[in-house]
Amino acid sequence: MSQDHELERSVRAICQAHDRDAGRLLDIVRQVQVREGQVSGAALDLIAEELGQQRVEVEGVVSFYAFFSEEPQGRIVIRLCGDVIDRMQGAERVGKVLEDELGIRFGETTEDGLISLEWTACIGMSDQAPAALVGNVIVTQLATDAARDLVRELRKHGDPQRLVRTFGDGNNAHERVRAMVVNNIRQAGPVILAEMEKGSAIRKSVALSPAEVVRAVKTARLRGRGGAGFPTGMKWQFTRTAEGDTRYIICNADEGEPGTFKDRVILTERPHLLFEGMTIAGYAIGAEKGILYLRAEYAYLRSMLEEVLDTRREKGLLGAHICGKEGFAFDIRIQLGAGAYICGEETALISSAEGLRGDPKNRPPFPAQKGYKGCPSSVNNVETLCCVARIMDNGAGWFAQLGSECSSGTKLFSVSGDCRSPGIYELPFGTTLGELLELVGAGDAVGVQVGGPSGKMVGPADFDREFCFDDLATGGSIMVFGPERDLLEVASGFMDFFIDESCGYCTPCRVGNVLLKERLDKVRAGLADASDLDYLERLGETVRTASRCGLGQTSPNPILSTLENFRPLYEARLKSPDESLLATFDIQGALEESRGITGRDSLHFRREDGRQNSQEKGATA
Amino acid sequence: MSETFTFVIDDKEIEGCFGQTILEAAEEAGVYIPRLCHLKGLTPFGSCRVCTCMVNGRAMAACTQPAAPGMIVENASERVTEIRKSLVEMLFVEGNHFCMFCERSGDCELQGLAYRFGIAAPRYPYLFPERDLDASHDDIFIDRNRCVLCGRCVRASREKDGKHVFGFVGRGPAKRVQVNAEAALAETKVAVTDEAVAACPVGAILKKRTAYRVPVGERRYDHEPIGSDIEKRRTAAAE
Repeated sequence: MSQDHELERSVRAICQAHDRDAGRLLDIVRQVQVREGQVSGAALDLIAEELGQQRVEVEGVVSFYAFFSEEPQGRIVIRLCGDVIDRMQGAERVGKVLEDELGIRFGETTEDGLISLEWTACIGMSDQAPAALVGNVIVTQLATDAARDLVRELRKHGDPQRLVRTFGDGNNAHERVRAMVVNNIRQAGPVILAEMEKGSAIRKSVALSPAEVVRAVKTARLRGRGGAGFPTGMKWQFTRTAEGDTRYIICNADEGEPGTFKDRVILTERPHLLFEGMTIAGYAIGAEKGILYLRAEYAYLRSMLEEVLDTRREKGLLGAHICGKEGFAFDIRIQLGAGAYICGEETALISSAEGLRGDPKNRPPFPAQKGYKGCPSSVNNVETLCCVARIMDNGAGWFAQLGSECSSGTKLFSVSGDCRSPGIYELPFGTTLGELLELVGAGDAVGVQVGGPSGKMVGPADFDREFCFDDLATGGSIMVFGPERDLLEVASGFMDFFIDESCGYCTPCRVGNVLLKERLDKVRAGLADASDLDYLERLGETVRTASRCGLGQTSPNPILSTLENFRPLYEARLKSPDESLLATFDIQGALEESRGITGRDSLHFRREDGRQNSQEKGATA
Repeated sequence: MSETFTFVIDDKEIEGCFGQTILEAAEEAGVYIPRLCHLKGLTPFGSCRVCTCMVNGRAMAACTQPAAPGMIVENASERVTEIRKSLVEMLFVEGNHFCMFCERSGDCELQGLAYRFGIAAPRYPYLFPERDLDASHDDIFIDRNRCVLCGRCVRASREKDGKHVFGFVGRGPAKRVQVNAEAALAETKVAVTDEAVAACPVGAILKKRTAYRVPVGERRYDHEPIGSDIEKRRTAAAE
């Protein structure tokens, strides 16, 4: 009774603190989750009542995001990163140790209610894998010994922050971050990782008209750094001229593509550059409000980012009359995500920021016409907005002459996997993949996943290709695989990722990925024949063509690109034609018992290894 | 009267007006574009993708894509039909569809599409998911084994009945239709006369005690393929 009363009081207080605004549902649910360790049925009812929503709508949101749970969770949730790279570095062994030490399996909670254990998708620490989230605290380079100590310590003091003994470099040691994360900046370039005086780019921008700022960005030939490469100036032009009184600039910091962590480093080391870029974008498109959509995995950076925003408000770089410009007002709020890769898709991100399930929206209308809350909105990548600030500070011409003919500027690469120096590299467009591999110390790479699971697996034949929008376009995730890796196992891991992260809205992505993975695993098990490769290609093509958003349109890539570039790996595992009449049927296995009884081998289906039955051999002797 | 324009579907000139989707304009002209999640009068949803067409060479859902002057739409081509068949087969293997035991047989849009496309058996392996039933309500029965996640009940309840009886929960393969209550349908405001109940294209939401009022053999798709009603309009107009 008193417990019910307590829950009611706390949930109502949380809703009221958010002005009972259904648009803030993610923040509300997050607070309830943190406070109660779950979002129970009773909490769903209370939230729905407070916000004037239906229970099933709130339940729809809670059940969508990985970081929310209707079932009770432990006070501390350990989320071990189960990404392909982390598994390569031993995440499974670490997982086993955690299970043994905690006495529970993944998906369970210790009996004392202290700790829950879960797998999670890439948390943006591939260069320091295996990594885990313990509450909001990031634990990196987690060896099995350290995993054992981690559990013992948590049992002793129950404070994830105390697991951090040494801080990482730069702002990772900031008093509001205090993380063991390291930046691993291996090569800084002139655009993103160079220094800049605060406010300098804004001052130069507001001296121009908004239309001139858009023109400068166009002159610089800036294209989106998230992967799709849409021209930024054009996106702004559409947003600026769309009908509506209120406009929004939204920064996509939902860096979820496995193997990418460049935005994490930007947010840590260059937050001023980013906010400067957002402010300029606001000026250019006529937005007074900006939203930084920050993935939940990076919640540990939030407090520092809030402090940076405060500093900028104090300095007149946010708020009213920015840099003394009459009539130019702009401010930024941080929206935290809740564990959903799909929210990196711009319309899904908007849905999520509106407090809805992270379903992509139907297009048209495009965000530039009707985006956040139905208002014209421009969604831009973290790195893109940093480029904007630099362009306005150093000049469009300066930027345009960097890089290659078709792609101006530099690109940040997040490099992980089998290489000597994983980390961040800022390189001009036009750099070849081979040059990058040389820099990172990956001379023996046999396969490189360019652009994350949604990108492509390429082999040595493609190492001379250039990074640029017309050749090897990428959001910057580079995962390197050495000769000892099984690339089909890697592809299968990526398919698991897409199955977990599909929103489930459209048929081809929801069902097709499950079917693709089933058939790939059939190949891996040695039970497929040549017709299965044809099946994979056709099914993959259907999923790619018919899916509603970028997730489904790229999710077959792990299979399609390995089929294209590593076909012999598949062919080597196919059943021989004389055994392939019913490939799923293992004739050798079925014959094993009768061989034992009759004491001789089948005349028709000889053993694959040519080994003779021992008794038979005895008989002939 | 809004302004009209023409565009092309499979070499035939079609008249459309601004604000119409490709599917709506086609339907008015007597061209049937196969669909499942679309239901006239509800907000277009674009989830089943069965209405996928090639529009100026790019795949688009005809139910959400606005018709525009000069568009070249591929509707009945081999590659488009191949995609649609594949999608219908995916829906069959995703759920547990046993037409011979289903009271909607002959009146089911999923089955109707399979017959229209000549699908005898899906090429994909059955996934045999575990799904639950909800027979709590006096007059309405939910069998999630047959749900195709088209969202017609969700939209109809919200947009037509003003009730929000249904909603989606979960994501990916775990996505499902949930009722607006702690446990079961009986606790909701649903009524057997709700449009949400009638909106189900398959046998997932059924009215109890009505199963064989229309005998097998006299049902909607027993004699003519699904979409025939729309195609007849063109024949009628031509005569």
